[in-house]
Amino acid sequence: MKFAVIVFPGSNCDIDMYHAVKDELGEEVEYVWHDATDLSQYDGILLPGGFSYGDYLRSGSIARFSNVMSEVVKAAEEGKPVLGVCNGFQILLEAGLLPGAMLRNQGLKFICRPVELEVVNNETMFTTSYQLHERITVPVAHGEGNYFCDEDTLKQLEKNGQIAFRYADDNPNGSLLSIAGITNKEGNVLGMMPHPERAVDGLLGSADGLKLFQSIVKHWRDSHVVNA
Amino acid sequence: MSLMLEPAQQQIKDEKIYREMGLTDEEFSLVEKILGRLPNYTELGLFSVMWSEHCSYKNSKPLLRKFPVTGEQVLQGPGEGAGIVDIGDGQAVAFKIESHNHPSAIEPYQGAATGVGGIIRDVFSMGARPIAILNSLRFGELDSPRVRYLFEQVVAGIAGYGNCIGIPTVGGEVQFDRSYDGNPLVNAMCVGLINHDKIQKGQAKGVGNTVMYVGAKTGRDGIHGATFASEELTEDSDEKRPAVQVGDPFMEKLLLEACLELIKNDALIGIQDMGAAGLTSSSAEMASKAGSGIEMNLDLVPQRETGMSAYEMMLSESQERMLIVIEKGREAEIQELFHKYDLDAVAVGTVTDDKRLRLLHEGNVVADVPVDALAEDAPVYNKPSKEPAYFREFQAIENTEPEVENVEETLHALLKQPTIASKEWVYDQYDYQVRTNTVVTPGSDAAVLRIRGTEKALAMTTDCNSRYLYLDPETGGKIAVAEAARNIVCSGGRPLAITDCLNFGSPDKPEIFWQMEKSVDGMSEACRVLNAPVIGGNVSLYNETNGTAVYPTPVVGMVGLIDKLDHITTQAFKEAGDAVYLIGDTKTEFGGSELQKLTAGEISGKAPDLDLSVEQARQEKLLTAIRQGLVASAHDLAEGGLAVALAESAFGTGLGVTAETDGSAVTALFSETQSRFLVSVKPEHEQAFQEITGAKKIGEVTAQPVLKVVHNGTAVIDQPVDKFEESWRGAIPCLLS
Amino acid sequence: MMKVKVHVTLRESVLDPQGTAVKNSLHAMNYHEVQDVRIGKYLELLIEPSDRPIEETVKEMCEKLLANTVIENYEFEVEEAVTQ
Repeated sequence: MKFAVIVFPGSNCDIDMYHAVKDELGEEVEYVWHDATDLSQYDGILLPGGFSYGDYLRSGSIARFSNVMSEVVKAAEEGKPVLGVCNGFQILLEAGLLPGAMLRNQGLKFICRPVELEVVNNETMFTTSYQLHERITVPVAHGEGNYFCDEDTLKQLEKNGQIAFRYADDNPNGSLLSIAGITNKEGNVLGMMPHPERAVDGLLGSADGLKLFQSIVKHWRDSHVVNA
Repeated sequence: MSLMLEPAQQQIKDEKIYREMGLTDEEFSLVEKILGRLPNYTELGLFSVMWSEHCSYKNSKPLLRKFPVTGEQVLQGPGEGAGIVDIGDGQAVAFKIESHNHPSAIEPYQGAATGVGGIIRDVFSMGARPIAILNSLRFGELDSPRVRYLFEQVVAGIAGYGNCIGIPTVGGEVQFDRSYDGNPLVNAMCVGLINHDKIQKGQAKGVGNTVMYVGAKTGRDGIHGATFASEELTEDSDEKRPAVQVGDPFMEKLLLEACLELIKNDALIGIQDMGAAGLTSSSAEMASKAGSGIEMNLDLVPQRETGMSAYEMMLSESQERMLIVIEKGREAEIQELFHKYDLDAVAVGTVTDDKRLRLLHEGNVVADVPVDALAEDAPVYNKPSKEPAYFREFQAIENTEPEVENVEETLHALLKQPTIASKEWVYDQYDYQVRTNTVVTPGSDAAVLRIRGTEKALAMTTDCNSRYLYLDPETGGKIAVAEAARNIVCSGGRPLAITDCLNFGSPDKPEIFWQMEKSVDGMSEACRVLNAPVIGGNVSLYNETNGTAVYPTPVVGMVGLIDKLDHITTQAFKEAGDAVYLIGDTKTEFGGSELQKLTAGEISGKAPDLDLSVEQARQEKLLTAIRQGLVASAHDLAEGGLAVALAESAFGTGLGVTAETDGSAVTALFSETQSRFLVSVKPEHEQAFQEITGAKKIGEVTAQPVLKVVHNGTAVIDQPVDKFEESWRGAIPCLLS
Repeated sequence: MMKVKVHVTLRESVLDPQGTAVKNSLHAMNYHEVQDVRIGKYLELLIEPSDRPIEETVKEMCEKLLANTVIENYEFEVEEAVTQ
C-alpha cells in the first residue's frame, strides 16, 4: 500500500507521519508538496499536523485552498482512506470533508500531553484492529482542538457512528461530547486531534497508535484481494 | 523620505548626539580617529550597535578569554553562530544559548518569541537541522500581578514560536526570586544536528561574489535593539517599546527549510543570521572574518515600509532574515530555490577586497567604514573589580540549621515553592514531542532525544542556581556547571560541552564586575575538571531595575552524548523491591537553600562547598554503573535536598519509598550539600553497584504508594505519595489563579 | 479605492472562553457593569472597484475564507478610502 503525506507550507508533523508509515508500519510512503495536481497513484492520503500557513486567520483555513485539496476531495470521493491529524483534521473541517468546526481550547492554552482515548466505533476502516471501548494512550498537542458543531449535526454523528474516538476521562480542550476524532458518513475520511503517528514506538511512551495505521492497511488488503 | 531629519556631522559632535546611541565621548573620538573625519549619522549608527556590549562584548571580553574553549570533541568554538561538537559517525551537534531579557521585560510575548526565533537561526545558519529548544527563565515572586503577567506571556511566547515552527521545546528551568521582579531573564537555547561535511561559516570570501538578502522584508521594528539590550531598564523603558520586534514563526519555518536546502548547494560561500544589529552585524562580521569587504546597495533591500533611511535599514532588527554570500553568476538558481518557499532572495551587494563596508543609497555613498573597526576594534574595557562588603559578612557566618518544627509539613511547604514545584503548567504548553525523537520528556533531570537511525541519543539541560552565585559567585559558578553535568550523567550521558548565558547587572559597578569575574573563574575551573569546554554563548549585562541588579545568573546549557539507547535513565523509581542508594555524604549546608529561603524569607551565609575532584569521581562512577546496566533510576540532589529528591522520584510512578536516615533530621533531609545522587538499583545488581560507587543504601522502593522516612528509629515522614504530589503539582496553577 | 471593514465574531450559540476570561478580568478590576464580552476579528481590505458590485465580492470572500460560518458571523461596511 502506498501513502501520500501532504506537505503544506508550515506543516511540521510530516516527518513523524512519514516515519510512522515507513519505519513502523513498513509500507510505502512519499511526501507530496501542496501544489501537486495528481494523487491517483496513492492508496491512502495523510494530512499531517503543524501550522499550515502559520494557522493565520483560522487553523487550516488557507491550506484548504491549496491545489492539492481538490485532489484530496477526489480521493475521498473515490473511497480512499483519508486521515487528517491535528492541523490535518482542521483542514478537513475547513474543506467541508468533515462536518463542524474547531474552536480554541477551553483553557485558552496550547496543550501537549498524553491523553487516554476510548475507541467508540471499531468498525471503521481506521479502527478495526482495536476492541470496542478499548482505551489507548495517544498524545495531543494543539491550541485549537475544541470540536464544535450544531445539535443536528451532533445527532447525525452519533446516529451514524461517525464518532471514532472520545477522550476517556480527561477532556483536554472542551470539545462537544469529548469528541477526539470523527469520520465522514461514508467512513473513509477520519479527522482526529490526537497524534497516532506519535504513538508508534514504545521508546517514546506509547505504541497504541500503530493499530490505527494497521487497520487502514488491513482494510486495503482485504478490499484489494476481493477486487482482484 | 525618512521619518526623521538626520542631524549633520558637526551637529552630532557639538550636541553629543552619540551619547543617546550609547557611545561615550572617548568612543566617539576613537571613531573620528579611525575614519580620519567625523562620522555621518548612518556611520555613527553602525558603530553604536557594533560597539554595544551585546555585539562587541567590550566589557566581558577579558573574562570570556578565561574559559576553556578547546577539546578533542570541539569542531567549532566560540565566534560563529553556534559552537559544534563531534558525536562520532561523521555527525556533530551544534548548540547555543542566548538572552532576550530586555525585550521580554517590555513586551513579554514577542520578546520571548523572537528570542526563540533568533537562537534557532543561529543554529541553522551553521547548516544544522534544529532538533530541540530549551530555555532558562527567571521571574520575580508570583504574588505580584505584573510578574504573573510576565510569566504567563513569556511562556506563551516561547510556546507560540516553537510550536508553530515545529521544533520541540524539550526542557529548561524556571526559578523565582525577588531580585528578578522588574527584570525577568529569558534565555533560549537551541540544539541542532549536522554532518561534519555540511558545516557552514559566516564568511564573505571571494572578491566579486554576490551578497544576497533572503527572508522577510525589512521594516522599522527593533531599531537599536542591541543598544537597548545593553542598557539598564528604567521607568522610561516602556517608551522604548518600538525597539521590540515581532516574530513570524511561519516565515521562519520556510526560511529554515529553504536554508537547509541551500546548504546542499555548492554555490553557497557563507551564511549568517541577521540578528542583533541586523544587516550591520551580518555584513561587517562576514567580511571581517574573511578579511574582505562588502559593498551593498540599500535601494535593493526588500522593504516592508516606505521611505526608510539607510540608518533605519542598517539598524532594523526585523526578524527572519539571513545574509548569504554565493558564487557570482549563480543568483538565479538561488532565487529559484527561495521562491519555492515564497521567500525573497535579492542580490544586494558584492564582496570586495578593500576591507570596507560601503553602503549606497539613492545614488550616494552613505557609509564607508573599515569592517574590522566595526567587528573587531571595539574598545575593550578592563573594568575595576571590588569584593562587595556582603561577601565578607556572609563568609563569616557559621553553617547552622534552620529551625523546623514538623518535617512532614516542611516537605509539603518545600514542594509548593514555585522553584521546586512541578512545572507542568509551563511545559504542557510546549510541543515537546514534534518530530518524534523525544525519549525523556520535560520533568526529569535532562531531556533526552534519540538520533534517528542510530543507537545514540543526546541529553540536554540548562542549569543555574543563582542564589549560590549571589552568596559566593566562584563556588556558585562551579556548582552551575557541576549540576548541569550531574543532570546529563543521571540521564546516562557524558557531558560534551557547554554554552553559557552570562546574565549580570551593570559592569560599571565594581561589585557587579567582581561577581562576573568570580563566576567565570568558578565555571572555567569546573569546565576543565569535568571536560566540558565552552563552545559559545552570550552575555547580557545591565540587568537592573532602578539601580538594583538581579542575582548573578550565568546559565549553563549543556549537551551530553548517550552512547546507547539502553543507557537512557530517568529519575523515576521503576519497581517495588529495588534498593535505594544515596551517593555522597551530607553536611549541614543551608546557605542559599530552599529551606533557608522558606524559613528566613531571605538568603545568607555560605554557599554549599564543592570539591570538583570528588564531583568528577562520583559522576564517573555513576556513569560507569549506568553503562553496565546496574541502575534503575538516578536523580541528582538539588533544591530541597534528599526529601524532595525522594518525593520527585516517587511521583507519577504509583510506587512508594521507605528510607532511613540518621544524624540530624533537618540536615539529612533538607541540606543542599553538593555532589549527591539518589539511585535505585535492582536487588540482583546491588553488589556490583556498591563495588563501583561505594554508595550507602538508605531504603527501598515499595509497592505501597507511601513516602516514609524513618529517622533514628522514628517515622518523621509517613504519608501517601499522592498527598505530596498534590502539593507539588498544584502549587503553580494555584499561584496563578 | 474602497476600504472595506470586516468584523468577524463568534456566533451567539458558540462559547467564547476568551471573552469570558476578559469579562472575569474586568469584573476583578471592579467594572461590574460589564455584562458580556465577545471577542472577534477585525479585517481591513483595500479594494480596487471593478464591474462587479463590491458588496457581492466581499460577501463571497467572507463566506469562502474570512469567516467560518459554522462558528462565526460576519458583517462589513464599505467606504471610500482616504488617500494619504
